[in-house]
Amino acid sequence: MNTHLPAHSIEAVTRGLASAGYIASKQIATAVYLAEKIEKPILVEGPAGVGKTELAKALAAWRGLKMIRMQCYEGLDEAKALYEWKYAKQLLYTQILKDKLGEVLGGADTLAAALGKLHDFGDVFFSKEFVEPRPLLQALEQPRGCVLLVDEIDKSDAEFESLLLEILSDYQVSIPELGTVTAIVKPTVILTSNGERDLSDALKRRCLHLHIGFPEQKLEERIVESRVPDISATLRKQIVGFINQVRALDLKKLPSVSETIDWARVLVLLQSSELDHETVKDTLNVLLKYEADIETTMPQVTGFVAKAGRPGVFG
Amino acid sequence: MREELHRFFRAARGAGVRVSPAESIDAMKAVADVGFAERGILRDTLLLTLAKSQDEKQALGDCFDLFFSQPAIPEETVPDDAADSQGAPAPGQNEPGDDADRPTPQLGDLAQMLMSRDRNAIAAAMAAASNAAALSDIRYFTQRGIFSSRILQELGIERLRDDLDALTATNPGDAERLAAALEALRENVREVVNQALVLYGREETENLRNEILRNAPLARLERRQVEQMKALIRAIARRLRERYSKPRKRQRRGHLDTRKTLRRNAAWGGVPFLTSWKRRHRDRPKIVAICDVSGSVAQVSDFFLLLIHSLHEVVDDVRSFAFSGHLIEVSDILDIKSPEEAMSEIMSKVGFGSSDYGGSFVDFEKSFLRSVTPKTTVIVLGDARTNNLDPRADILRTISERSKRLVWLNPEGRMAWGWGDSEMPRYAAFCSVVRQCSTAKQLERAVSDIVAAYQ
Repeated sequence: MNTHLPAHSIEAVTRGLASAGYIASKQIATAVYLAEKIEKPILVEGPAGVGKTELAKALAAWRGLKMIRMQCYEGLDEAKALYEWKYAKQLLYTQILKDKLGEVLGGADTLAAALGKLHDFGDVFFSKEFVEPRPLLQALEQPRGCVLLVDEIDKSDAEFESLLLEILSDYQVSIPELGTVTAIVKPTVILTSNGERDLSDALKRRCLHLHIGFPEQKLEERIVESRVPDISATLRKQIVGFINQVRALDLKKLPSVSETIDWARVLVLLQSSELDHETVKDTLNVLLKYEADIETTMPQVTGFVAKAGRPGVFG
Repeated sequence: MREELHRFFRAARGAGVRVSPAESIDAMKAVADVGFAERGILRDTLLLTLAKSQDEKQALGDCFDLFFSQPAIPEETVPDDAADSQGAPAPGQNEPGDDADRPTPQLGDLAQMLMSRDRNAIAAAMAAASNAAALSDIRYFTQRGIFSSRILQELGIERLRDDLDALTATNPGDAERLAAALEALRENVREVVNQALVLYGREETENLRNEILRNAPLARLERRQVEQMKALIRAIARRLRERYSKPRKRQRRGHLDTRKTLRRNAAWGGVPFLTSWKRRHRDRPKIVAICDVSGSVAQVSDFFLLLIHSLHEVVDDVRSFAFSGHLIEVSDILDIKSPEEAMSEIMSKVGFGSSDYGGSFVDFEKSFLRSVTPKTTVIVLGDARTNNLDPRADILRTISERSKRLVWLNPEGRMAWGWGDSEMPRYAAFCSVVRQCSTAKQLERAVSDIVAAYQ
């Protein structure tokens, strides 16, 4: 760790992430602090839109590091994740080799002599020049280190997980033709998962397991404040209060932090200074992504608005 | 403190969180970094490094709270003590005076501690004694007594008894107080041991209980065991499902499929550019389960039907039938309803009669014989007690001939087969397998074997 020393305390992490616009709960800050201290990847789980990916971005921004993102999907394999040979370049190389073959072998009388010369010529075919680094290899080759985000690991196949193990535990990759590539500076690795399938124990064991749930009301207000600075304090309080009530409902997809922020932005754009049920009903589609959910919530809106507005009245 | 962490890891294992040595090393490292100063951070740290899923986080969090609430136990004596000293403030005040007045017999450490109400000292002594008695080795609830007495021994109970005897002679008032304090101490020790059991022994205790339950005869369960057994059966079903429903990649290479290879490469004049490999044929037979639900075997068939039906993900096609006097199909009932409702409905329809195997087989032949195909495994669960009615073994023979396999599970022991009205030997002639199946363990094995044929 030459360019960035690990933060010396958990508070420093919280402050640092806040400077990058990410309001972290104590658990998140502890996880980041530990990840840097004991050099382990963080596996972040939690519902969609609570800021799992955002954490990696904020960390990179705070550290001033490059962020390398690898989006996982079904069928992702090592050619797309790790490295690939530049086949076209290799083909060109063979063409050139064919032309130059006479020169290289010039003067060899017998077949054995020619073969000997060819052996001396060296094996450049599978060398570093022909390797096309993909995200994982790129991350290891960054001279200043980087933040490697392996996004939605649960979408990838089980085989891909095993591929990651070597990188996660030793920060190195073995390429059969070249040998082992070790990280110049160990990257900070963050893996995210939506829990679509259970990850293998081997993978979990190598990571710090962090679960990010919906934030508490106070924390969420601070997040909204940092993301949508134009919003008035009353409206902010009302929005968060309203959303917290919606989350108590039995919905298909609960609104998460990203929806709160979107909604706050929309309401600021509409220049509303207080939450009233007309506006809420008009903008409910920002919050809820399923028709059925909107139908469930619609009749409750008036009550929720009244409840959420109450602190605003007194405070 | 290192010692304390190790004990916490053991407690975590007791709570069902699998903590590997590598993880404990990581946790140690992490804790060394964050320190013990702040409890919340320590908790977060341990949760981050040890737990691997949300459930484990929950379990570990509870375990953490319980574990580090231990020092609170000695404090529980506070109300006791407080009440004590409020009730009798005078003796407490008098004590120094008493001591000065007359030479009290020299008291042992423990007695002095108890008399002086030095809570911290008592707590420390208790912790030391628990360590010396290796309290964290406690595994079973049956060990509570021995650990309690060991701790008391370590604390120096014998000396205390002598002191008590001596005091009774010289100073009855003090003796009474000491006796009360001793009682409170015993209470404390009991609490400590109980808590240790909860911490370290939970899993073992459950394992032991389950092991006993697995080997208990299903037909003679006590009422309170039935609920536990249902949970156990659910766990078995889950395990079987996990084991067999995983889509495993078949080993494709191994044997060359010569015919296929030649055919594929006909275009190249038989030069084998492309090779074909033999694939193992995947056998996906169906299951027809026929259950006797007459009074004697009803409970076993309950569990059996539950097990079969909770395996739906593995088994493509199950049809279940229940009979005692006559036979009905119960697949739909089991599919739609919750286990309890389904069972009571089945029982109300056909249950508790005296069994008529012959008549039920006739019912089956008449309406459902079509469901038996050469791919079908037929499982009959029953004690084969026909009440001296015609056993109609000929129908069983037809079923056996039509099906791939006919498995008979009998809840009675082998010794009883053929005695009285049991027609087991006659039926057995047409069965591929006959096994005894009277405990959860045997049931699990039987179903596991049947399902294993699918892989």
